[in-house]
Amino acid sequence: MMEFCGINPAVLVASLMVASVPILLAAIGELVVEKSGVLNLGVEGMMIMGAICGFITAVSTGSPLLGFLGGAAGGAVLSLMFAFLTQVLLANQVATGLALTLFGLGLSSLMGQGYNGIKPPLTEALNFGPLSDIPVLGRILFSHDWVVYASVAIIAAVWAVLKYTRTGLILRAVGENHDAAHALGYKVGLVRLLAILFGGALAGMGGAYLSLVRVPQWTDGITAGAGWIALAIVVFASWKPWRVLIGGYLFGGISVLQLNLQACGSRIPVEYLSMSPYLITILVLVIMSSGRGRAALNAPASLGQSFHASR
Amino acid sequence: MKKILLATAALSLMAGAVLAQDKTKACFVYVGPIGDGGWTYQHHQGLMAVEAEFGDKVETAYQENVPEGADAERVLTQMALSGCDIIFTTSFGYMDATNAVAAKFPDVKFEHATGFKRDTPNVSTYNARFYEGRAVMGTIAGRMTKSNKIGYIGSFPIPEVIQGINASFIHAKKVNSDVTISVVWAYTWFDPAKEADAAKALIEQGVDVILAHTDSTAPLAEAAKTPGVIGFGQASDMEAYKPSPRVSSIIDNWAPYYIERVGAVIDGTWAQKDTWAGISGGEVLIGEITEAVPAEVKAEAEALAASIADGSYHPFTGPLNKQDGTPWLAEGVVANDGELAGLNFYVEGITGDIPK
Repeated sequence: MMEFCGINPAVLVASLMVASVPILLAAIGELVVEKSGVLNLGVEGMMIMGAICGFITAVSTGSPLLGFLGGAAGGAVLSLMFAFLTQVLLANQVATGLALTLFGLGLSSLMGQGYNGIKPPLTEALNFGPLSDIPVLGRILFSHDWVVYASVAIIAAVWAVLKYTRTGLILRAVGENHDAAHALGYKVGLVRLLAILFGGALAGMGGAYLSLVRVPQWTDGITAGAGWIALAIVVFASWKPWRVLIGGYLFGGISVLQLNLQACGSRIPVEYLSMSPYLITILVLVIMSSGRGRAALNAPASLGQSFHASR
Repeated sequence: MKKILLATAALSLMAGAVLAQDKTKACFVYVGPIGDGGWTYQHHQGLMAVEAEFGDKVETAYQENVPEGADAERVLTQMALSGCDIIFTTSFGYMDATNAVAAKFPDVKFEHATGFKRDTPNVSTYNARFYEGRAVMGTIAGRMTKSNKIGYIGSFPIPEVIQGINASFIHAKKVNSDVTISVVWAYTWFDPAKEADAAKALIEQGVDVILAHTDSTAPLAEAAKTPGVIGFGQASDMEAYKPSPRVSSIIDNWAPYYIERVGAVIDGTWAQKDTWAGISGGEVLIGEITEAVPAEVKAEAEALAASIADGSYHPFTGPLNKQDGTPWLAEGVVANDGELAGLNFYVEGITGDIPK
């Protein structure tokens, strides 16, 4: 196996898969929300609520699995507030989303009092027996915990549902033209509510992955902007599920690579390495949107617009 | 009517001032949460020791998670206005804020941890010789590593951290001539996610002993995921990770200093000073070396700690060369405190550059 500066590519790929899980989960959830025509900028807030709710559940029950469910519930409950404000009271989605992020950061900090410095129960890697001893592939494919596989499976499922099922068709119809969907008899508000809940649950699960596996610890502001990266990745992916996977792995890959380059004593100044993941995210977004509105064309037509049946 | 109101207000203010004089108010500014299990936790232990020592004679207050920068100045001003008699600012980055606020409140005493600026007579600085503890950890690291690669998670490239890197490497090298050190700069004191990622990157590079100069237990939590990787408690004992990956620890023991200084305010004997105590003064403690370390290595580390404590050995004793090979300390020469306080270079054998 070729090695550059002591960096083993198989190990690098394996750890970027782990590093990307939180943003992947949050991004695929947000993709579904945006496909239904709702722009929820509160991903960061829902993620951190998932992180603390998941942590508290896992610590108090001793079960990491329940922790992830608790995290999903935490994110979903917060998103319910967003749904009420934007779908029932028809509040502005951008402002409500931003408020949700600020609220989530504050509330999680309050809930997390007394949970600093505690060890959560461990989420073990799945046991694949001899499969994980296969050179290179074993390390990349068969060395992870269940959430890593779940994140890829969820992306596949979202892709299949959006592309092949009636449910996906209704969701897309609501997102593309809510008036037409309403005229056809679909309940726009209900569809959007379910999409928002799904997005909240996945963002919460992504947050729980941070506090239960990646770190694993609770601390204020643990998401450190991951929610915003997830939002950028949805645009980067031009609302296509598989591209979310590419975007997530690209971002995770660069984040992991920069630390590895530092650890192996690369001569590139640390400051440039630390900013590289963000720089590349910006760069890709610029390139994506410069292609004569191709990315913009793919955006759901009703994105960010409130719907009221009387209109 | 207005006059009466004003008079009442003035009276109650005076009464407040009289009451405040009964008790000495000691205030603390923390850079992280008390629950970090490391740096801030230990400072808070110091606060509790002050309360236990003086009981009713003192009142304490603290604020957690105060960012280093403009916010710190606001918090310090608020504390000074609220009647604090002595304020401990417990992170290097509060240096300028501490001195700026101290200049405005000459009657309030300020104690800045790990800094070197004392612009006005009401500012003292205090620090601990963490590098003495690092020398002991470095010895254990050099003996314990199987890959001959040890890793160091640096927070910011400041003298205190560079002392730690140098002291760890010098003593690891002394017992294991094949050892190399990889340094990752996290550019944070407290960000468990980042600290964990840094530890992970080091482990992927083949590092099997991790020294952290950040405040949380996250590097140990990460080390715990890979069998054979060890680390050390930093700032606090971090006993939750015993017996491995945490095989020993450097404990910051601020309590004696805090009791002494608050006591000085109560007695009215407080005067500006610069304190830099180490293992001998009890400010730096070496946490229990666990059974994961062979007995002879444990004995060697304890002997080193004892020789530092009784003053017979200094961790920076020549011959030592700078990274570029130029001589720094000649045979038998010991680095002086001024030199150490401004240390900005690696010793020979460490690769990589210190970020500017």
